[in-house]
Amino acid sequence: MDAQTWTYIIVGLTFLLYIGVAIWSRAGSTKEFYVAGGGVHPLANGMATAADWMSAASFLSMAGLISFMGFGGAQYLMGWTGGYVLLALLLAPYLRKFGKFTVPDFIGDRYYSKQGRTVALICALFVSFTYVVGQMKGVGVAFARFLDVEFNTGVLIGIGIVFFYAVLGGMKGITYTQVAQYCVLIFAFTVPAVFISFQMTGNPIPQAGFGAELKDGAYLLEKLDQLSVDLGFAEYTKVNKGNLTNMLFITAALMFGTAGLPHVIVRFFTVPKVRDARVSAGWALLLIAILYTTAPAVAAFARTNLITTVSEQPYEDMPEWFTNWENTGLLTYTDKNGDGLIQYHADEQVNELTIDQDIIVLANPEIANLPPWVVGLVVAGGLAAALSTAAGLLLVISTSISHDLLKKNLRPNISEKGELRAARISIAVAVLAAGFAGMNPPGFVAQVVALAFGLAASSFFPAIVLGIFDKKMNKEGAVAGMIAGVVFTTAYIIYFKPQLGGPGTPEGYWFGISPEGIGTLGMLINFAVSLIISRFTPKVPSGVKTMVESIRYPKSK
Amino acid sequence: MPNNQLKKYWTTNLKYLAILLSIWLLVSFGFGILLADYLNQFSIGGFPLGFWFAQQGAIYVFVVLIFVYVYLMNKLDKKYGVNED
Repeated sequence: MDAQTWTYIIVGLTFLLYIGVAIWSRAGSTKEFYVAGGGVHPLANGMATAADWMSAASFLSMAGLISFMGFGGAQYLMGWTGGYVLLALLLAPYLRKFGKFTVPDFIGDRYYSKQGRTVALICALFVSFTYVVGQMKGVGVAFARFLDVEFNTGVLIGIGIVFFYAVLGGMKGITYTQVAQYCVLIFAFTVPAVFISFQMTGNPIPQAGFGAELKDGAYLLEKLDQLSVDLGFAEYTKVNKGNLTNMLFITAALMFGTAGLPHVIVRFFTVPKVRDARVSAGWALLLIAILYTTAPAVAAFARTNLITTVSEQPYEDMPEWFTNWENTGLLTYTDKNGDGLIQYHADEQVNELTIDQDIIVLANPEIANLPPWVVGLVVAGGLAAALSTAAGLLLVISTSISHDLLKKNLRPNISEKGELRAARISIAVAVLAAGFAGMNPPGFVAQVVALAFGLAASSFFPAIVLGIFDKKMNKEGAVAGMIAGVVFTTAYIIYFKPQLGGPGTPEGYWFGISPEGIGTLGMLINFAVSLIISRFTPKVPSGVKTMVESIRYPKSK
Repeated sequence: MPNNQLKKYWTTNLKYLAILLSIWLLVSFGFGILLADYLNQFSIGGFPLGFWFAQQGAIYVFVVLIFVYVYLMNKLDKKYGVNED
């Protein structure tokens, strides 16, 4: 059987699995719809969080990005894992003890303020919506390339599946489908990596094979450093000292952003106890780390394989995958010097080969000559990653509308049944809107992912942490801090992103910090403004102090 | 429980946080970024050390830190009788 038939079979089976799980886990109350009834086992929640967290970008693009960046790719690896330490130690247990449904709930109650709730609501909606559009686009791309389905039809199939289990099951349905999706995606990511690691180094564990010797006795990384230098690239493992400040800021922005993303935070409202929230963050990170420590190994294997397969080889002898990817336009070859050989080189004048970083993970099984079913598995894994993240984000959007906007702002007297119906309607509308936006992505979508992390870091993270650890933090301080952080971060990103119409150039970056890393500075500004304003404005009411006191201890006194 | 007992619970918690987060800071921003170039002159197996921390080691340490925190806090909860069961 060929790769495409396998892909149809495996993707079809996984979709049936998700639908089955969704029917089994329908939601009957708002508590089930928003937080899965609060009874999810910590390990199951860890798996769901991991699937929620690892998006199409983590699964499909990250390893490719690292293989072209070398050492510098570590900013994504550390940035997208380190935030879980902050979540586990500074946020999750306390928010679980607080025991409501959403992040705006916490901000609104802790800062006894409707404006605070509204600012949080707008940030949550913006962050989640920009993020979800990217996932929908990923679904469309995966379908278009591997199942020979039109891009828009691909997006439609994707939203159909998400629609079914999100509207029916809410958080409960999403949680248990995410558990299944985690299993699919981690299996799909590690299987090819294990095969390739064994092929190249004789060690089946990619994390170890990565630092092992190749068949010819040289260390893989030494060989890769050498190959890179021979072709005019920087040594793969070498630290680029020119932009360490920027790397520091980007890593920090991703970490603090992770800890402030509403769709990750709400997962910790679903476990029964404070103790469960702590350990659940541990499980989540352990399960995420399996992919995140495999990805850099995949990156190094793929880079080595790629260079040795193509460099100075006759174009005529290229394997089938090479021409397949040429047809998609993601890999191009122009024989500049007419010698029929492929020159792959850092120097643009000499280089004859361009490779889109997104194809590394998808092409890896073919480059390594793995059986065709592995290709199908990888596609199913990429779809699982995109769908699980999309569902988590859509739930945040719908909860924000039905709970934070409707119940808490516009119609406080709405009945339980009415709220549940409103939640179902708003998630349905959100799914359709995200699907539509995914089919017609505004050009700025890829650019605003930086904004999503920057905003999460500069708005939610400081407001929540101060709300827990600083009893004196009042509403004036927190709201002023959030607004200062968000306005600064947004302005900087828009100014320095030409794709968003900003006039700024990289020469003008403050301290060399690129828009991807500016959320860190926005966060520091938020902290500073909050602390200063709160010391000059009215004190926190005593009822709120009691509440802060109570969330600090797992059992109320 | 008397108030000063709860206060003690909270300051111990803050002490744990300070220690664990310092390690978090050291392995990621320290070993993985600022000191990586220096550490690259040493190697573990086939990895230059700084590169290993940046792309592998820091992540392992993150996982361990959370489980250490869980262990410490469960013990602390019991000691001060604020555990949930």
